[in-house]
Amino acid sequence: MKVAQSIRAKLEAAFQPQHLVVEDESHRHAGHAGARPEGETHFRVTMVSPAFAGVSRVDRSRRVHEALADELKGPVHALALSLKAPGEGV
Amino acid sequence: MSDPVVFDRIRQDIKDNDVVLYMKGTPVFPQCGFSAAVVQVLSHVGVKFKGVNVLTDPEVREGIKAFANWPTIPQLYVKGEFVGGCDIVREMFETGELQSLLKDKGVQVTAAAAQ
Repeated sequence: MKVAQSIRAKLEAAFQPQHLVVEDESHRHAGHAGARPEGETHFRVTMVSPAFAGVSRVDRSRRVHEALADELKGPVHALALSLKAPGEGV
Repeated sequence: MSDPVVFDRIRQDIKDNDVVLYMKGTPVFPQCGFSAAVVQVLSHVGVKFKGVNVLTDPEVREGIKAFANWPTIPQLYVKGEFVGGCDIVREMFETGELQSLLKDKGVQVTAAAAQ
């Protein structure tokens, strides 16, 4: 759970989300390119944060990529993102 | 520094083709689930696109990430503009924004997309 924990901690610090779910989906990609036997390669993040109000889809994702630059350079092979501002629904 | 040569190739590609998908594998044989998902959306919308297989082109594979300031593949471009990766394309398809974007940009979609 080490990678998931650092993802969560960094997102909480950067975005003060009202809602944050970090799911490890690595088991669904076992044997695919980028998968490691020890897992923690494929993640899905669902987050609602006021920081995203008035920000385009692409820029929301870019901000998350920036916050998680170390993870993306390292163990994380794929990061699915669902990023909303409050009131946009989850 | 980024390699301007590969940027020039990318610029040319997204200029010469209305819709370009940088992907792993080919539209017929995608080699990654995320690339496959975008191919599926584009086929469903009925839009013609050029697929660029980054697996056979290491220069473009790295170059495209710097070009778009986007760390992952697939990447979709419409009329030279970066639209997004798999999540954004799927989300925009579900809300109908992708279809509107194509229409607004004057990109032709086939009748099959009307349903």
